[in-house]
Amino acid sequence: MSTTTQTYSTASVDMPDESRQAHAMKSFAQDFGAVSALQIEACIHCGMCADACHYFLATEDPKYTPILKVEPFKQAYKRESSAFAPFYRLLGLKKEVSADELQEWQELLFDSCNMCGRCSLICPMGIDIATLIENARRAMFEAGLAPDELYQRAREQADSGQPEKSEEGYSDRIAAIGREHGIDIPIDRDSAEVLACVPRTDLEQYPEAVVALAKTLKHLGADYTFRSESLVAENYGYYAGSRDWQRKISMRIIDQAREIGAKLVLVPECGHAYTALRWQAAELAGEELPFRVRHVTEFLAEQVADGRLRLNQVDDEATAFHDPCQLVRKGGVMDAPRTLMRELGVNLEELPNKKGFSFCCAGGGGVNDIERARPLRYRAQELKLREVDGTGAKRFLTSCSDCRLAFTDASEHFDWDKRPESLLELVAANIKE
Amino acid sequence: MTILEFARGPMLHFALAVFVLGVIWRIVTILFLGFKRYHSEPRNGLVKSLIGGMTVTGSRSWPHKEFIGRTGAGEAIGYGYHIGLFIIVLLGTPHVVFWKNLFGVSAGWWPTLPGGVVHVLSILTVTLLLIVLIRRISHPVLRRLSNFDDYFSWFITFTVMVTGVMAVFGLGGRYETILAWHIISFNVLLIWFPFGKLMHAFFIFPTRAVVGYLQSRKGAAT
Repeated sequence: MSTTTQTYSTASVDMPDESRQAHAMKSFAQDFGAVSALQIEACIHCGMCADACHYFLATEDPKYTPILKVEPFKQAYKRESSAFAPFYRLLGLKKEVSADELQEWQELLFDSCNMCGRCSLICPMGIDIATLIENARRAMFEAGLAPDELYQRAREQADSGQPEKSEEGYSDRIAAIGREHGIDIPIDRDSAEVLACVPRTDLEQYPEAVVALAKTLKHLGADYTFRSESLVAENYGYYAGSRDWQRKISMRIIDQAREIGAKLVLVPECGHAYTALRWQAAELAGEELPFRVRHVTEFLAEQVADGRLRLNQVDDEATAFHDPCQLVRKGGVMDAPRTLMRELGVNLEELPNKKGFSFCCAGGGGVNDIERARPLRYRAQELKLREVDGTGAKRFLTSCSDCRLAFTDASEHFDWDKRPESLLELVAANIKE
Repeated sequence: MTILEFARGPMLHFALAVFVLGVIWRIVTILFLGFKRYHSEPRNGLVKSLIGGMTVTGSRSWPHKEFIGRTGAGEAIGYGYHIGLFIIVLLGTPHVVFWKNLFGVSAGWWPTLPGGVVHVLSILTVTLLLIVLIRRISHPVLRRLSNFDDYFSWFITFTVMVTGVMAVFGLGGRYETILAWHIISFNVLLIWFPFGKLMHAFFIFPTRAVVGYLQSRKGAAT
């Protein structure tokens, strides 16, 4: 199999090849329950998952077939742990997976997969391929084969709470954003009903989104706070495939929420943060959480429904909306963004592939952070940009800052005539006082 | 003992034993891995999630409109030969007699189709199976994914079909000999069944139900 680049990271982990294999396979098997095994066993190699994947559709290269991305792990499972493992080994039906093969698969599991789950929807057998890819990423991490950018950021976030060191700490940064925009942003209050966190992307790229969140919460009179210890919403442990670091990063938020007695953890406009906190944090913690977790659009839609938030009507400019995969397809936040857009009177031109079937922004799952993946990401993004153009929309909204970042970058790369905008910012700018 | 007696005697019994024990073992080893308890707050309750699971069990048989343009032909071919196989095996007169003898039941209610209909269906099914193979070899994605299991499972299914057609149309030699090879190839299919992808017959509905349940629990797309 050919690869697009020769620089596959060994994530600073010095490890003999045999150890890489052993670590990868042990980790993959460790995550296995009956559900995963059933899904591995059920594949009939029909190849339909390729028809759902934006990387395959953009390139027509069969190596981007989603189920192929977990093939070494399927092979290893069948050879080592399945019902007829000795039979497969005896007849040589399942080859041993080599360290070189694993290294080649780094591109397939990290650079060319956003874990967006569109493939899971097309599978006639009902295999949740995206979850198998999560398992495979964890195995790759244990083998020291996570891409360097993700490995380093995950380690840093697990250690310090920030994915990258910065001259100005993130809590100073958020306070500075408040001062610059003349809005009070509560940090480190001892108790509050709501614990808010913020995408690192917004702190660095879109401070207006942070202001929009603060302004909206202030308008609602929310009893909330940010906490220095748990400011960042993203979970690089999830991206990199580190179960331990993902848990540590999630526990930071869980512990802070417990400490202040929060009843709600408010996830900002970030899709993977939602998956990590809403659906996976409790599983990693091994217990039910003593608070609710809601995405900001869900929270605001509840406020609209309860009559606590009323919005002015915006102009009638044709608008397309990008449904972030982790929120909609995988997270179930189907209606909240549309409730808000309806309240705003947005002239919504729906995309042909919308809601659960939306094409991914191609930046999620940590792909935005992998520099070498950029050319392939642009190719995959073209599908979406063409779709948006096809609606005739002039405004392009989304509710995930990672998607927004990916589209901003693509927009500059292709000299596209639209820039992705934040739904939260549109809400904040149109609050009816 | 003639080859036909061997095929529908000891070999068939051996094949059935491998099939039954193998299928049970493969399913049991999966169940032994256990099901974990989910701790996250569900969006939908148990009943709604279970209904979601049951719904997906059926709904995944028909492609979503977003995908049908790309997958419609492949699915039509795939479901086409499966339907053909089921009708022939369950409603073709010689097969109904075979099942009744095998299980020792009279089952007067068991309907059969006229021979002509089954003959036409058999030829259609063989044709579809050939198209399936051509597709697997020529489609870049399928070619890339395919392994021994895919080709052998196709081969043995095709052989059962072709020997059946030959027996019905009196092609290729004495009827008894061809019938023996038809039953031998069916026995090989039974023996292979638990080891390879043919097991999808048992996995398809539980897998769909599980994914439907888990997605419905989250209120996510199914």
